[in-house]
Amino acid sequence: MQFMLILNETPEDFARRANPDEAGAYWGGWNAFIGAMAQAGVIVKGDGLQAPQMATTLRVRDGKRQVEDGPFADTKEQLGGYFVIEVPDLDAALDWAAQAPSALTASVEVRPVLVMPPT
Amino acid sequence: MRAGDDPARAAEAAARASYGKLVAILAVQGRDIAAAEDALSEALVSALTVWPQRGVPENPEGWLVTAARNRLKNAARAGRVRAEGAAEVERRLVLPEEDATLPDYRLRLLFVCAHPSIDPAARTPLMLQAVLGIDAARVARAFLVEPAAMAQRLVRAKLRIRDAGLRFAVPEPEEMADRLGAVLDAIYAAFGQGWDGLDHPEAEGSLTGEAIWLARLLVHLMPSEPEPKGLLALMLYCASRRRARRDAAGAFVPLAQQDARLWDRTMVIEAEGLLTHAAQAGRFGRYQCEAAIQSVHVQRPVTGQLNLGALRVLYDLLVRQTDSIGARIGQAVVMAEAGEALAALEALDALGQRAAGHQPWWVARAHVAGLAGLDGEAAAARARAVELTEDVAVRDWLLRQG
Repeated sequence: MQFMLILNETPEDFARRANPDEAGAYWGGWNAFIGAMAQAGVIVKGDGLQAPQMATTLRVRDGKRQVEDGPFADTKEQLGGYFVIEVPDLDAALDWAAQAPSALTASVEVRPVLVMPPT
Repeated sequence: MRAGDDPARAAEAAARASYGKLVAILAVQGRDIAAAEDALSEALVSALTVWPQRGVPENPEGWLVTAARNRLKNAARAGRVRAEGAAEVERRLVLPEEDATLPDYRLRLLFVCAHPSIDPAARTPLMLQAVLGIDAARVARAFLVEPAAMAQRLVRAKLRIRDAGLRFAVPEPEEMADRLGAVLDAIYAAFGQGWDGLDHPEAEGSLTGEAIWLARLLVHLMPSEPEPKGLLALMLYCASRRRARRDAAGAFVPLAQQDARLWDRTMVIEAEGLLTHAAQAGRFGRYQCEAAIQSVHVQRPVTGQLNLGALRVLYDLLVRQTDSIGARIGQAVVMAEAGEALAALEALDALGQRAAGHQPWWVARAHVAGLAGLDGEAAAARARAVELTEDVAVRDWLLRQG
């Protein structure tokens, strides 16, 4: 079964990426996590994302584009990256999610990937 | 074929004794509890038409499983056209090998019902329905929830088990303690829902018998785990006192004044035995602790006095096991009985907002304030306890204490 690990981070997590004193530990933590998943062969795809202030949010209303700078919602935790993994069940996906560095500071949402019926 | 048997009764007996076992077998592959239940009930309906004509089969459970599996296959074939991905359908069609003795997957079913990814409020109802076949309406009555709301809660939980990929298996040893704790809590919640009904065992809402049945099943399925024995012992101790909780006139009798001759000796003896067995594992836990507290109360009529020293030790351990409000209240009451009423009052008040609407806290505060000689405070707490008490007999008893 495929699950998406939706990796949320706090503003402090995002700030660590660019802080010279903390960036090493920050990226080291992610590299260890991603390396372990890669070694286990569970990664289907995945990426880290730039910080939420780099986001642009678009809506089309009455045929017109409404474009705003910033993320969709101003929440304490923002999407920092995602991975789609192939594992037997939710419990296995949760075991991986528990190893994400952001699980300690923010949260990881785990969702099954939608399987479309054959047409 | 056993042509002489009454087919209707045989079908009913097979359903009652094996419901959870059959649901577990049918759900283990696809994790689809709702489909398993539907297929099983259709199989039971066809048993009622087929068995009277051809006689009751040698192995009624096996017959029901085969019939239900055929229904599942047909449903999967029909579903392939409209709903599921093909791979998913194939996965569900891989059925366990036929076996003369049916495997028992009920432990997996219990664990999936109390999976951390299932809403805690749905776990007990789910267990009662999937393992015991209790219908949603009766579960709703016991939980004081609208039937439609309960039905929806159950549907949502079953969909989640099927579609969110929950593991339908006995947990790994490293997570066993937490996962088993969740199963035990869910069973105990069924007992709690039925507790008031204990005074009227025929009362519709009472699920205490079902809770004891589930705990017995768990003890049987996990013979080397001590905590299921602790839970079963705890519930048996409580149930054993059912007749002693009311006097001839129907008035409430508190534990300290109960006539021990009215306690159900068979249940007490079984509980004591379970507790001793559990202790042999050398792994103490919350339910063994609570059962041990009950065991101390059982000793009172034997020794002539309540062993407050033992109770203090056990309540201290219980608070360490589970920092529940009930454990804290018990700890404070025992402290007060042992002569430290003012310290006990302080401990009760330290629970703060957590206790505001909690009837046992107000009963305890009234009792402890009384022991401390603070009659005004005792009366005020008792008045609040009366307001919060729904059980008429308990309310009358509280009113007589003034």
